[in-house]
Formats: sequence, structure tokens, C-alpha cells
Amino acid sequence: MKKINVMLLTFALVVLLVSPGLVKAEEVLMMATTTSTDNTGLLDELAPKFQKDTGIELRWTAVGTGKALKMGENCDVDVLLVHAPAAEQKYVDSGALKDRKEVMYNDFVIIGPASDPAGVKGLSVVEAMKTIASKKAAFVSRGDNSGTNKKEISLWKTAGMAVPDKDAWYVQTGQGMIKSINIAEERDGYIMTDRGTYIKYEANKKGNPELKVLVEGDKSLFNQYSVLAVNPEKCKNAKYALATKFSNWLTSSKAQKDIADFKLLGKKLFIPNAK
Amino acid sequence: MDFIVNGFFQAFLLLFGGDAETYSAIFTTLSVSTISISASLIIGAPLGFMLGYHDFYGKKFLRTVVDSLLSFPTVVIGLLVYALLSHRGPLGEMELLFTIPGIAFGQALLGLPIVIAMMATAVENLDQRLKNTLLTLGAGRSHILRTTLWEARYSLVLAAAAAYGRIVSEIGISMMVGGNIKWHTRTITTAIALETGKGEFAMGIALGIVLMIVAFAVNFSMSGIKKRAGK
Repeated sequence: MKKINVMLLTFALVVLLVSPGLVKAEEVLMMATTTSTDNTGLLDELAPKFQKDTGIELRWTAVGTGKALKMGENCDVDVLLVHAPAAEQKYVDSGALKDRKEVMYNDFVIIGPASDPAGVKGLSVVEAMKTIASKKAAFVSRGDNSGTNKKEISLWKTAGMAVPDKDAWYVQTGQGMIKSINIAEERDGYIMTDRGTYIKYEANKKGNPELKVLVEGDKSLFNQYSVLAVNPEKCKNAKYALATKFSNWLTSSKAQKDIADFKLLGKKLFIPNAK
Repeated sequence: MDFIVNGFFQAFLLLFGGDAETYSAIFTTLSVSTISISASLIIGAPLGFMLGYHDFYGKKFLRTVVDSLLSFPTVVIGLLVYALLSHRGPLGEMELLFTIPGIAFGQALLGLPIVIAMMATAVENLDQRLKNTLLTLGAGRSHILRTTLWEARYSLVLAAAAAYGRIVSEIGISMMVGGNIKWHTRTITTAIALETGKGEFAMGIALGIVLMIVAFAVNFSMSGIKKRAGK
């Protein structure tokens, strides 16, 4: 009797130890992305479809583009969806990332109180930023090295000024896009944001937001999103095959249509442009 | 004001309607904090007991170190653990970054000094009276040890409750090490931060209510135990 018990126990132990190997673990792809793709709900829309088509589960952590790129370099993720072409190129050149593919775009806009205290409505971006600075109107910056923040910094340079890092009217939040917009709203300030997130903010406010789009349409405000794979030669743990499947899927006509169909308040948040 | 009232209303809908995302965050928090508090207790309780029970060279210094670790900021632990678990870090091979065991590892570090310090203090305070009494009664070494352990049981529960309170409410470690991944490592605290960041207060308030319920439950059980210990 005792012998049988011991045998049963051993058998149970063996089954316990082996079973995780028998059940095929689902394939998991880890992505670092910018806050706009997550906060707007786009990824919540795309991820289940990707899983249905390929059987791969997409998990993502939403950080600014700067941090996402660093995470790729540190081998902590497998794939990136980011929006800072110049910075992306640096990481591709260093060999940390590869296979950069353009996925979609929208544009940056400068938003501010409807009363427009500094009077920037309709100005060019550079003129608007100069005006805001000269009138010392509150301007909220992400200040977190995100794609949007990188863009804003480059625009101060285009306007021929240093980043007003220490000026009292220049508010650096260090937070995500919508949170920063909310801070701008509280401070009656101006802020630069991507159009996708602005539409999401509009939707949150039931179509009647306090901050309105004041500056838009400039070529320099173009906002390109791209997918990049972590280079398996630099990161031996990176799931390159899965990353490739994801970037092929994201640039396929099917997923591109899903991106085009993703709307809030009847407006498109991102416009697909994969080649 | 409207959005707060509306938030509370939405919160009840989410909680009683069984919203999957809300319950996923609650479940994640409970499973992470259960693992981390267990690890803190299993490792911390014996260490704390030894620290309080035995006299050895450098004991005072060790006590000071443990006591100062009590106020170790959670973001610093998050940063350290992230650096350790990153694939470029020394423990990167373990693939713990962005996982529940990874968060639990960091949280256990947070709970550990609390358990050690409270346990050591409890044993030290007991020791003075108890040891002498038992010695005069002619008890042997093992008897003294067993009695001390038994007398320290309430303090252990108190230490566990205090550590749990800090673990369940921390956000720095969960956010940095866990990455706030939906359905996987999104805890109550990181979900509140995210939802507020998105300007959506309802789920934040719903989760805040749950977190408060957990904290109150811990506090109530703690005061109950204190009363019993006092008798």
C-alpha cells in the first residue's frame, strides 16, 4: 500500500514538473511604445486583431519615445512603435535597432485657451512660439524626452531661441500627453500635442474642450510613427521573428485599414502611410 | 465637482458590473502583494528574530542599517530592481522584468526591513522580562526559545500587517519594474495613475475605493490583534 502511495506521489510530481513544457506557451511579443498610441486606445483596438491573425500576444508598456528607444537598446523589449525619426535613425546607425518601417502619421498642433491671450491663432509655428515667449504666456512642455517633447525642443531651435528651460512661464510636467494637456488647461496655457491625443482629449470633454487648436498645418508639424525591431545581433534574447511578424502585420493593408478606421468623434486619429 | 460625483457613480457600475479591466488590476495587486508579503515574512521573520534574540559583534550597527532601510523610498527600490532585472543587468537572464514575480521581488525588498525591524524590536522587548523569569524558574534553552517565539506571534502579525500596508499601496516599483502592462502587470496603483493621466477618473475612483477597502481591512485586523495581544 505504502509503495503505491509513493509511486502515485512520484507520478504526480513528475506530471507537475513536466506539464508546463507540454502545454505550449503562447508566444508573447513585448513592445515599448509612446503614450499616444496607448492613451488614445489604438493599441487596445489593434492588439486583439493581431493576436487573432497570428496567435501572438502583444504586450506593451507605454513610455515616452526617448525611454522606449533606450529600452530597445537595453534589450528589455522586442519591438518599438515610436515617433521621433531623427532619434530613431541614431539607434539604427548604432546597430541597436533595425528594420525601421513607417506605419502612420498625424500632425502636431499648438492648442491653447479659446480666448487666446497671447494672440497666436493662425500664425506660423515659429511666429507663434516667439509670440508666446515674448508675452510670457504660460506654455506647458512634456519635458520628458518623448517624441512630442523632442519635436517641441527642435521647434524652439527653429525659432532661433534656446529652450526656455528656467523661465517661469515655461512649465515642464514630466508627464504623459493627456495629463500635460490637463495641466495646461488648469494653467490657462498653451501646449503642443499630437492630433490623435487632442481628439482623445476632445472626446473626454464630450466634444467641448477648453483648449482649442490655434496653430496647425505647418509642414514642420508632420508627425511620423514607425515600427522598429530590436537587433537580435545585439540582444540575443530579442524575439526578432515575432517582431518581424508584427511589423509586417502592422504595415499590411488589413491593419492599415484598421488604423484608418480608428476614429473618435468621427475624426481619424492616425493616417496610415506604410509603403 | 460634477466629475467626482459622476466618478463615484461610474465606480459602482464598474465594481458591481464586474468590469474585466478593473478586476484584472485588483487580482494582479492581490497576487503580487501576496507573493511579496510571503517572501518578506519567510525571509524577514527568522532574520528579525535572530537579530533581536542573539547578541553578537556589530549588532547595534546592523540594527541602525535595518532601521534606516525602513524609510527606503520605493522609487529608489524600483530603480535598483529595474537595473538588476534589465537584460543588461546582472539578473537579466532570469527574464523577470515586466512580470509579476519581478514586481514581487522589489516589493519583498520593501517589506523586508519592516518585518526584520519590528520582529527584532518585539523579541528584544520580550527578552528582557521573559528570559530572566524563565531562567529563575529553571527553564532550559530550548524552552526559552520556544516561549519567546510563541510570545512574539502577535508582533509578527503586526509586522506583517504594517509591511502589507506599505506593499499594497506602493506605486514606484510596480510602475518601473512591472511596466503597467494591461491584463498582466497593471496593479491598482499603476492603473489609478494611468487612468488619471488619461483624464478618466471613474476607474481611478473605483480602484481607489478597492485599495481603501484593502487598507482598512488590514488596519482593522491589526487593531483587533493589538487588543487581543493586550489581554
